[in-house]
Amino acid sequence: MIQMKNVYKKYPNGIVALNGLNVEIDQGEFVYIVGPSGAGKSTFIKMMYREERPSSGQMLVDGKDIAKLKNRKVPFLRRDIGVVFQDFKLLPRLNVYENVAFALEVIEEKPRIIKDRVMEVLDMVGLKHKAKMFPRELSGGEQQRVSIARSIVNTPKIMIADEPTGNLDPDTSWDIMNLFEQINSTGTTIIMATHNREIVNKLRHRVIAIEGGLIVRDAAGGDYGYED
Amino acid sequence: MYATQPEVITAMKIRTFGRHIKESLKSLGRNGWMTFASVSAVTVTLLLVGVFVMIMMNLNKVADDLENDVEIKVFVSLEAEEEQIAELEEEISGLSGVESADFSTKEEELTDLVLDFGEELSLFEQSNPLFDVFYVKATEPQQTEAVANDIAALEYIEDVEYGEGKIEKLFNFLNAGRNVGLVLILALLFTAMFLISNTIRITIVARRTEIEIMKLVGATNWFVRVPFILEGMWLGILGSIIPIGLVVLLYQKITEFVQPRLSGELFQLLEFSPFIYQVSALILAMGVFIGIWGSFMSIRKFLRV
Repeated sequence: MIQMKNVYKKYPNGIVALNGLNVEIDQGEFVYIVGPSGAGKSTFIKMMYREERPSSGQMLVDGKDIAKLKNRKVPFLRRDIGVVFQDFKLLPRLNVYENVAFALEVIEEKPRIIKDRVMEVLDMVGLKHKAKMFPRELSGGEQQRVSIARSIVNTPKIMIADEPTGNLDPDTSWDIMNLFEQINSTGTTIIMATHNREIVNKLRHRVIAIEGGLIVRDAAGGDYGYED
Repeated sequence: MYATQPEVITAMKIRTFGRHIKESLKSLGRNGWMTFASVSAVTVTLLLVGVFVMIMMNLNKVADDLENDVEIKVFVSLEAEEEQIAELEEEISGLSGVESADFSTKEEELTDLVLDFGEELSLFEQSNPLFDVFYVKATEPQQTEAVANDIAALEYIEDVEYGEGKIEKLFNFLNAGRNVGLVLILALLFTAMFLISNTIRITIVARRTEIEIMKLVGATNWFVRVPFILEGMWLGILGSIIPIGLVVLLYQKITEFVQPRLSGELFQLLEFSPFIYQVSALILAMGVFIGIWGSFMSIRKFLRV
């Protein structure tokens, strides 16, 4: 499903973020990406939805090298990948319903289907009753649930989360993790970069540790392994 | 997976365009004071441009009227018989650059003089000292001198008068006026475009993250762009309402006040209709163009996410 072959990334400022990295992730897996700050976790994550391109190497999604994907086709790649961020990245001028609906409007879905589908996922994340509220009126956990709803509304096969619990308190973080477990159980691949030791150690999944732009550890059901 | 998506971006669905229109209108409301700031900037500049265009067009009209009043008075020599005069008329009319040549006999000339200066002059009816005359207009008023010289070279011409020296000064003055006006209008237009697109850019820069997010969830560039462009268009339209209203009102008052006082004068102001509708259309078109252009230019650099 996702395959990186000798992915090397050097930024224009000379920093080498990924140093010839190889990895393979199968459909339906739940993968934690751990490692110290600046180790290349974010770049690794950004490769998957073509926010960054490898300087060299192959970045295969479904057997296709997305490093070679033309810019105007990138939107179509992103429609099949849900992304969730630490800072939620909700559209501040749109309410909860509209934020989620946006991902479907982009693919020019029929209004009736949009309505049904949006209410369905809002129900799933438990925010149906707050559909008319704006992001600033919600707590961090609620905002993250909206962003999760948006990322799954067009049933992507892959979900990418960059520190999704980074801004949340422990209780809320567990709520969010429950949602991820639920999404993963329907067969969606989840790739999650995190610094949260408790979560990684308790909800055991495959752990990939990145340091200095290379994978230093890759263990199914592994532990967090860092002290921070 | 993404390969199963349509490879070619099909023409935007009408439904989607409807969505863009709705979005752009909603965005106007939600952007509150940003909308207000942009509309104000558009309003002020379009008002300036509108009033200025109004003034310049009228000055141009006055200049045209003055120029068109310039004519050549051709005195026919006394030796010319009727036959020669007829020939002469044809020759003059046939010259290039001649718009019209009106013949007036010396008797008619005297009648005009008597009308202008009083009965005493009717004494001259016994022995009329005047000449038969052609009044010639040049197609291009500014070519009057050349045309006059051509006529003077013909046979049976006693003299040619066209306000030598004076009309050159008039033309120079009018030409300078026109050029200054043109430069001022262009400068004003340029400033207006700059000011407005800058204001629009500020509103779009403030929404940079929005554009990033849209692209992250898989919006194509056009999907992001169209609502912004429509929003720019609405800003332009909203901003042109007050200038159009004021310009129409102002010109109505001006023509009401000035026209009776100018009746019978050499020059006239432009008629209220259709002139003021043309100015209104110009203001609206400029507003729309500037709004769209401003949005388009400003959004360009944020789309490379």
